[in-house]
Amino acid sequence: MMSEATTVGMAPGRAAGAKSERWAWFNVWSVGTVVIAAMMTVPILTVLYIGLTPGDEIWSHLVSTVLPGYITTTLLLMIGVGTGTFIIGVGTAWLVSTCRFPGKRMFEWALLLPMAMPAYVIAYVYTDILEYAGPVQVLLREIFGWTLKRQYWFPEIRSLGGAASMMTLVLYPYVYLLSRAAFMEQSVCMLEASRVLGRGPWRSFFTVALPLARPAIVIGVSLVLMETLNDFGTVDFFAVGTFTLGIYDVWLNMNNVTGAAQLASMLLFFVVFLVLAERFGRRNQRFHHTTSKYKALPGYELKGWARRGAIIGCALPVVFGFLLPAMVLAGYAVIHFKEAANTDVLGYAGNSVMLSALAAALALAIGIFMAYAVRLRKERIVTFMARFASLGYAVPGSVLAVGVLVSLGAMDNGIDGFMRRNFSLSTGLLFSGTIAAVTFGYLVRFLALSFGSVEASLGKVTPSMDGAAASLGHTPFSTLRRIHIPLIRGSALTAAMMVFVDCMKELPMTVILRPFNFHTLATYVHQYASDEQLGAASLAALGIVGFGILPVIVLSFAITKSRPGHSKPNPAPGQTNKDQTS
Amino acid sequence: MAEFKATFASLIIGATSALTVLAGGAIDAQAAEVNLYSYRQPFLMNPLLDAFTKDSGITVNMVYLESGMLERLKAEGDNSPADLVLTSDIGNIYNLVEANLLQPTRSSVLERNVPAQFRHPDGLWYGLTTRARVIFAHKERVKPAEVTTYEDLAKPYMKGRVCSRSGKHVYNVSLLAWMIAAKGEAAAEAWAKGVKDNLARKPQGNDRAQVKAVYQGECDVAIGNTYYMGKMMANEKEPEQQDWAASVNLIFPNQKDSGTHVNISGAGVTKSARNKDSAIKLIEFLSGDAAQKIYAEDNFEYPVKAGVKLHPIVAGWGEFKADETFLFKIGEHRTQATRMLDRVHFND
Repeated sequence: MMSEATTVGMAPGRAAGAKSERWAWFNVWSVGTVVIAAMMTVPILTVLYIGLTPGDEIWSHLVSTVLPGYITTTLLLMIGVGTGTFIIGVGTAWLVSTCRFPGKRMFEWALLLPMAMPAYVIAYVYTDILEYAGPVQVLLREIFGWTLKRQYWFPEIRSLGGAASMMTLVLYPYVYLLSRAAFMEQSVCMLEASRVLGRGPWRSFFTVALPLARPAIVIGVSLVLMETLNDFGTVDFFAVGTFTLGIYDVWLNMNNVTGAAQLASMLLFFVVFLVLAERFGRRNQRFHHTTSKYKALPGYELKGWARRGAIIGCALPVVFGFLLPAMVLAGYAVIHFKEAANTDVLGYAGNSVMLSALAAALALAIGIFMAYAVRLRKERIVTFMARFASLGYAVPGSVLAVGVLVSLGAMDNGIDGFMRRNFSLSTGLLFSGTIAAVTFGYLVRFLALSFGSVEASLGKVTPSMDGAAASLGHTPFSTLRRIHIPLIRGSALTAAMMVFVDCMKELPMTVILRPFNFHTLATYVHQYASDEQLGAASLAALGIVGFGILPVIVLSFAITKSRPGHSKPNPAPGQTNKDQTS
Repeated sequence: MAEFKATFASLIIGATSALTVLAGGAIDAQAAEVNLYSYRQPFLMNPLLDAFTKDSGITVNMVYLESGMLERLKAEGDNSPADLVLTSDIGNIYNLVEANLLQPTRSSVLERNVPAQFRHPDGLWYGLTTRARVIFAHKERVKPAEVTTYEDLAKPYMKGRVCSRSGKHVYNVSLLAWMIAAKGEAAAEAWAKGVKDNLARKPQGNDRAQVKAVYQGECDVAIGNTYYMGKMMANEKEPEQQDWAASVNLIFPNQKDSGTHVNISGAGVTKSARNKDSAIKLIEFLSGDAAQKIYAEDNFEYPVKAGVKLHPIVAGWGEFKADETFLFKIGEHRTQATRMLDRVHFND
């Protein structure tokens, strides 16, 4: 590892930019990024703008009543989910990346399964199992002869702790995915050097592997925290008064969209503050791989208790985050098969898959484009715009959807008005209420997933690669295609997969932005779940999980294969040089 | 210049039609159709809308929008494709009226089908069904005299015996808004505080979950909507729900004074409507005998049209005195009610 101060490589873009035709290329990257980022930013700015429009004053009321509670509850929830997902995500990623124990191969992908489970669905399922009237407590009462609630203590599922547990169970895969990709992209030389210098496996983990993976882990945890911040379904069902629940309350119950936008803006600034604080914390650290020796990771053989511990540690999250709730859902599906097995559901599944795949592909392309532009041109405006554009993830879905609605509506009506005035022709609404609007909403919301993981991964590729490629006459685009994309393929696939799965589960934006007569699996599940009939929607809920999980598993194998140095008969172009030392 | 304009216009038309076809949002104003934004779930509306299409030949397009309908209508403005909105709570309708998004309509059929107390005087909207928010009390643990009014839930002897879903749920906000309208702000706040102090557990779950909690002994009384009781009693898929329902009496509160709080689902024609005639036809159909019967039988609601038969389960609860005086006031007190719930920390 080396700090930036000692890195020999030059800032890649400038090193290569001698000829003016080269500059034209760079401008494409910078200008392209600024334009795309500006488009993605419009709905976020719209939310900030709505907060400035006149509306009932709510702050004195909120501050004197519920706001302190919202803030405390939200912070506690973030601490709980953040800690939980960090321990489970990083721990399991480290175990399956560097240790050998029975079942490791299976856990590599099985640990991803809970990712496809929507948090509100798992919350419903566990409430059924664990509440006072549920089978677990009924059984306990029968065994011990209790008849009343006050005779014994049992953890309350509909609580802050319950919400934190539910979210931890389905969100840890984000941390797992990103830290696993980071561990796999680490050169084994670092760890070997550390071990040779006399550090044991634990100390090597804490002093070498963990700091090296920090950017990726931070992105994983911050994605989790943003999901936690803007979750509505789970906290609403458990009546845990978080900030986001407060936003909905002000918006829908007080019919005050201005106040809701103000609260959402406050949430946004809080997230920006957190992100900046973290970046400040590692301002002088930058880690690049100085070697391209990627022989297969050694696989530390675990024995005895360590082996059992590893198996149990990897199995528990899969069992509680996926197997158990999936079995319960399957049970509902059997009971409700007649009403749940509906041929329309297949069409909805098609809609979900099509929209999610489209959004994932676009988000990945834009994410790579922007992250590479930031790398090429360390210009403040480019970096700032790219980061700002990925803030959509921190805004609660429905509020962001209103931002999309209002901005697209203004644009459509503006065009219509212009056409009417000048050509006596009405164009009506071009984008509002179309699939394009939904896709745009997904992009604004989930761009952070692709941009963040691609940026983190690109950050680990030493700038001397760019320099070498440029000196060999490669354009930035060809460098990207031939050097960077092959090197970051694992993280790029991870990014696409996260966007895909998140879109499969996405509910509030789809509901508000969609066209007539259009359903996804998530909206279909929701219409029943909101009427207290999860049974009737159990098959579709399983569909979200099933269709979400297939690409997850396929891509998980691709990621394993994508590790630099993973033995492959025919190395891809651009990777042919990788076994030479830099 | 004129030529340029014409070329430019045709280019735009070409691009636009290509886009709209691509986006699947093509709205052909010529065909007989009506576009609906609905707060009510498709599984409930589909049988009704299919029947309408069969009857009239008019196609119905629907978006189910649980939240954000008002913002969407506003953002789309005069170009909004929506002709008609369907709402599930009088609060929703009130907000749409306040935002000036609905237009007055007149129809002799609607005036005949929908009693005056369930529709807007200028025809901005028409109620289609009603439901009462009632008290479910355990058959043995609650003596008949203990609970006859909403106010009884706040009495000291109910301490630790009351279950409620989130105070902020739209049904509970409407109930408290109604209380404010019917009994005054001070009395309503004292009541909310009293109920809060009597809660057996933190507010949670949905309406059915409250009855389940009574059945399991967590509490003795709960508040809920009538149709959930019907759905539980008729639930053959999950027969345990029949046991929950069987453990409680359904009490219509405040029969000796204001009457029980009822809420309505309704429909109104949007300002931007391009298919106004079809939209009115659809509301007329929904208020007619055939549709009202479907509402009553499939969803255990009370039809607004006189003479339509109730579901036998619903009829079994007997006649009751429903409040009709303060129904229209609920919308304007909802913000107040929400703030009141904050002040008494109902959900903490």
